Amino acid sequence: MATSTPSKPVTTLDEATVRFCGDSGDGMQLAGTQFTNTSALLGNDVATFPDFPAEIRAPRGTKAGVSGFQIHFSSNEIFTPGDTVDALVAMNPAALATNLSDLRAGGILLVNKDAFEKKGLEQAGYASDPTEGDGLEKYKLHSVEMTKLTRLAVEGFGLSVKEADRCRNFFAMGLVFWLYDRSLDPTLRFIEQKFGKRPEVAKANTSALKAGYHYGETVEAINTQYHVGPAKLPSGTYRNIMGNTALAWGLLAAAQRSGKRLFLGAYPITPASDVLHELSKHKNFDVLTFQAEDEIAAVTATIGAAFAGEMAVTASSGPGIALKGEALGLAVMTELPMVVINVQRGGPSTGLPTKTEQSDLFQAMYGRNGECPMPILAASSPGDCFDVAQEAWRIAVRFMTPVMILSDGYLANGSEPWRIPDLSELPSVDVEHPGPSLNGDEFMPYDRDERLARPWAIPGTPGLMHRLGGLEKQDGTGNVCYDPDNHEQMCKTRAQKVANVADDVPLQELDGPDSGDLLVLSWGGTYGACATAVHQTQGAGKKVSHCHLRYLNPFPKNFEKILRSFDKVMIPELNLGQLSVMVRSEFLIDTIGLTKVQGKPFSVAEIVDKINEVLG
Amino acid sequence: MSIDSPLPVLKPADFASDQDVRWCPGCGDYSILAQMKKMLPTLGTPQENIVFISGIGCSSRFPYYMNTYGMHSIHGRAPAVATGLKTCRPDLQVWVITGDGDGLSIGGNHLMHAIRRNMDLNIVLFNNRIYGLTKGQYSPTSPLGKKTKSSPMGAIDNPLHPLSIAIGCEATFVARSIDTNIKHLGNILKRGAEHQGTAFIEVYQNCNVFNDGAWEYAKSRDTKAETTLELEHGKPLIFGKDRQKGIRLNGLDPEVVELGKGITEDDLLFHDERSPEPSLAYLLSRMRNEDGFPEPIGVFRSVDKPRYDEQTNDQIDQATKERGKGDLETLFRSGETWKVA
Repeated sequence: MATSTPSKPVTTLDEATVRFCGDSGDGMQLAGTQFTNTSALLGNDVATFPDFPAEIRAPRGTKAGVSGFQIHFSSNEIFTPGDTVDALVAMNPAALATNLSDLRAGGILLVNKDAFEKKGLEQAGYASDPTEGDGLEKYKLHSVEMTKLTRLAVEGFGLSVKEADRCRNFFAMGLVFWLYDRSLDPTLRFIEQKFGKRPEVAKANTSALKAGYHYGETVEAINTQYHVGPAKLPSGTYRNIMGNTALAWGLLAAAQRSGKRLFLGAYPITPASDVLHELSKHKNFDVLTFQAEDEIAAVTATIGAAFAGEMAVTASSGPGIALKGEALGLAVMTELPMVVINVQRGGPSTGLPTKTEQSDLFQAMYGRNGECPMPILAASSPGDCFDVAQEAWRIAVRFMTPVMILSDGYLANGSEPWRIPDLSELPSVDVEHPGPSLNGDEFMPYDRDERLARPWAIPGTPGLMHRLGGLEKQDGTGNVCYDPDNHEQMCKTRAQKVANVADDVPLQELDGPDSGDLLVLSWGGTYGACATAVHQTQGAGKKVSHCHLRYLNPFPKNFEKILRSFDKVMIPELNLGQLSVMVRSEFLIDTIGLTKVQGKPFSVAEIVDKINEVLG
Repeated sequence: MSIDSPLPVLKPADFASDQDVRWCPGCGDYSILAQMKKMLPTLGTPQENIVFISGIGCSSRFPYYMNTYGMHSIHGRAPAVATGLKTCRPDLQVWVITGDGDGLSIGGNHLMHAIRRNMDLNIVLFNNRIYGLTKGQYSPTSPLGKKTKSSPMGAIDNPLHPLSIAIGCEATFVARSIDTNIKHLGNILKRGAEHQGTAFIEVYQNCNVFNDGAWEYAKSRDTKAETTLELEHGKPLIFGKDRQKGIRLNGLDPEVVELGKGITEDDLLFHDERSPEPSLAYLLSRMRNEDGFPEPIGVFRSVDKPRYDEQTNDQIDQATKERGKGDLETLFRSGETWKVA
């Protein structure tokens, strides 16, 4: 359906941020996803922040049950889902109460008037209906009887009242689509695909969507439409991608480019399960997905798969990685290549399963018994998960070691436009297995190459029979060995091998001048907020540069030089200062921490404020 | 098809690694190791296609002594390591060596799940009813009242019975043997190796240092005829020095009866290892010496069922047949895309 000729004035904006929020049963994640895809297809750069409770259905109408989805879309390149919201859709009083503070003064507020009845207001803690009294006058409030209008729109399709009310999110979507001048076509295609087998539901959703759109067109109270044009992104074919999907696809690419089958051992855990779901769909890529009985079985089966000679991966979140700790020690001891994914969430313990945090850096670095180092990489954006997955496998194979990837809930569920790579751009990984030995020579499973990697000999190869295990290995032969000097040498060798990874990865890059007053040092999912904040302060004339780490262990070779080129180093982290401790202990360089553990990403303003405070 | 060069005939010594065996002198493990080395050449499987995976404990040192591929993994996790290996490489013959502590205590969960998936693994559980490597604490199979360093007043944990667990998980092959009954043990290991699917074998194994004589009743020349019963498929359950006793079903309960005096072999319970229903096998696993029953040895159950390792690889073939071999380009461009000039 073509966008109708505008009958109302259209204001062009560079960018806008919209948030849909409502009860966790209100379909807000779907609304947000559709708005995101539509905006991406229109050519906007987009960044999203889905935020939902850990409960599948928290008590209806309560603040605990509010689910939200924020989309920042722009005609420029953007890196964050936006600090403040330009338009807020609140489907009930609880959603209004919990989200209103993020709506900027003068912002558009669309509420479902029908939900503002006695019980709903009480549950949200309102003594009276806020949409009727004073207090909201600093916003452009539109109270819309969404329930009633949706029911009218779907009349005649034979739906029950309950089913009819489930179409409400499409009405809300239609209205916001009109408001921001977006086409309904992608959503109509989605409805056809998703509900094609239930034509009455497909028709009802279509009707609700169009009703919302036409409501915007016709109702006089809403008098302006907004337009955000396409962004000038590097040329190519794009799609929208979520972090966990990108991670899974990166693994598929790595497996195919290294000529390996992919084995994933996993146990369901939020927010990592989508990696398991995605890979399970692609068995025709020679993918074996093993849903294990527990996290320990998931990782130990992965070790078995690595021994078998396949590309072995296990994916989990912090609590699961804790359970895998002992087995990761076995992986380090047996020096088998594998990828270990931690999609971090709020901790400790069960913590905040659906909320984001970066508090497992210490766990990745130090969370195992003995001297047990492994390379650690962190993804910086949803799309970057694709590249990091491939890089982790490359390092794992070249150095015969488990490699840890740190993602987080924000990257996992967030999405951004992703330029589809040409297959020829993808790195290929050369995997070598020693061939049969038929002359009776003793095979040395712990012989080492110049990088200190040992050979990856796999069962089925004549003449290379050997035994691996968790007991200390004799250098070279790999036999069990309790010799004190051998143990010390092996511990140092394993540490040196991981340190050698620094020779094999790119030098650290800087965004900004090579020296200055302040270095903003970040890692992982905070990239977008930090990059945006640094660009803003650079624009304001501050001598500030940005260093964003992908390689956390070992650090890049030029990292210390960069650190020493700035008067001050500031580290924003969604934990209580873990990278700060690592940098201080390794380089004896002081750092200024900006920490946050609220289950939420940084806003740009928080980082800008801190930069200004530090620079005085 | 002609064979240019004959396959080498392997001997037991070919399966011995160059490592010194470090079990205590007199340990029952030596006998199991010897029978394994003797049995493997009879299968005709090349050494490089055999893998031994173990956990932690005395028995779990086993892989180090075999000249095959192997992994001495971590406590209790051998079935899971073996699951990953076998899933990726159904061509390999994979053995899991475990003990009563490793398999039934810390690793109970993995054992249960490997069995219910019917992974094509040969699991041998060395049951000595004690923790040996940690020097003598009671194990999950120690009898009630067992006095050890950690149970000076007697164990109060009800013991687990390995075969009851395995049959409860509907293992497709379940058997029991005794470390010193070498011919029987060799035969059972071979039957297990030939079974497709999970073969679960319990071996009564003597720890002569921390629990000497735990199985004496089943091993001694003087008593074993009365305390054990050798199962044979299709045959009645008969035991005793003069083979004058049998097991009869009384309702749902087994009872020991004397043959003669109006009771003939036809009145006895006949062993059917191929029965699809595991209830009778379970009943056999509950016959205990302490309750006045002979303890069955031999194959309790041997049935054919689909295997996880086979099916998971079949799913790849099926998906590839239905959708074609996975193509990254097509995947990346699936769904909605747009072009930026």
